Amino acid sequence: MQFNFNSTEPIYLQVADQIEEAIFAQSFAEGEQVPSTTEISKEFHINPATVLKGMNILVDAQLIEKRRGVGMFVVPGAQAKIVEKRRNQFYDDYVKNLVSEARKLHITKQELAQLIERGFTTQ
Amino acid sequence: MSIQLQAITQQFHGQSVLDNLNLTIEPKKIYGLLGRNGAGKSTLLNIISDRLFPTSGTATLDGETLHDNDHTLGRLYLMSEVNMYNDRSRLKRLLNSTALFYGAFDRDYATQLAAKFDLNLNQRFGKLSTGYRTIFKLIVALCVPADYIFLDEPVLGLDANHRELFYQALIDSYTERPRTFVISTHLIEEIANLIEHVFILDQHQIIVNGSVSDILDRAYMITGPDTDVTGYTAGLNVIGQDHLGGITANYVYGALEDDRPIPDTVTIERLDLQKLFVNLTNAKEATTHVN
Repeated sequence: MQFNFNSTEPIYLQVADQIEEAIFAQSFAEGEQVPSTTEISKEFHINPATVLKGMNILVDAQLIEKRRGVGMFVVPGAQAKIVEKRRNQFYDDYVKNLVSEARKLHITKQELAQLIERGFTTQ
Repeated sequence: MSIQLQAITQQFHGQSVLDNLNLTIEPKKIYGLLGRNGAGKSTLLNIISDRLFPTSGTATLDGETLHDNDHTLGRLYLMSEVNMYNDRSRLKRLLNSTALFYGAFDRDYATQLAAKFDLNLNQRFGKLSTGYRTIFKLIVALCVPADYIFLDEPVLGLDANHRELFYQALIDSYTERPRTFVISTHLIEEIANLIEHVFILDQHQIIVNGSVSDILDRAYMITGPDTDVTGYTAGLNVIGQDHLGGITANYVYGALEDDRPIPDTVTIERLDLQKLFVNLTNAKEATTHVN
């Protein structure tokens, strides 16, 4: 897990995002335990209540679950859930910005398509 | 279950420092108390811990007065800039006498912390540097068994490494034994994530009182060409402005107009606590903006 906080997004959202990212990247495998509120709180000097608020977002999204007295665990199927969510957001998160920047640069639809093609072949 | 301040007014030589101030401090929370130099932060903390008697108003803990009351004052601890220790006393002895005053003083943890901070407890208090005096007082504050700990400028004179160590120790100690901390500091960025709730003291009043996340949810920076920004922020609670060439940044505290179209040229970003603080407390008629 790599925590790299910026100061402009609410911290509890960043906590949720970072753990989600780690589950997505399979740094925390399904069925595995994620660091506790206290651990995260101590390590990054974040108020435990804030960390908990971020964790609860993931609990509500059924990506992690609380096992009483033990800690938080990645729910089986969590990674697939994140993939699906991200696919749904792909248009809003990436395509919209891509097109808007292309317009500003007077890149035509065809040129953009070619660039995407290039991206696929070179990577 | 809380500390309640009611209608606290403090005047010095006819000048108001605090004016009809009301405040609730709840158990087991970490608070930040922010304010410009001379805003009255120390005065407020001194009133709560009965080191200073307000011109009027009352301070209570769980409904019982804090004035001249060992029972309630014993549950409070104020660490402040004032050095009340005898210069010639050795630190070990000071810890022992503190342990006598406060029954459940955590002597083991104090020794542990001293080792972490490289503080030799055989030294005399008077021989310590400014930074180490602060460190010693912090160690005491973290080890007394009080329910409400007030830290007035807890990182005064501490280098960056020691500040890190202190924030770490604070969280450690808080998770181990949750209790209330009220931290008054100017290093806002360093404690912004550490505190759950913030008080901003300005113009003799508490002008901001809320959970950090709620407050930052209503703080925005709107940037773009002058006219677009002015148009978009018209009627909003603009608390400050920056200009560079034809670009304006308007700082807004409060709700945005959701149905107002956002011009393509304008970007909306969130403010961090420090930026919000600076804009809210910048001299000119700041209080009229606050709601």
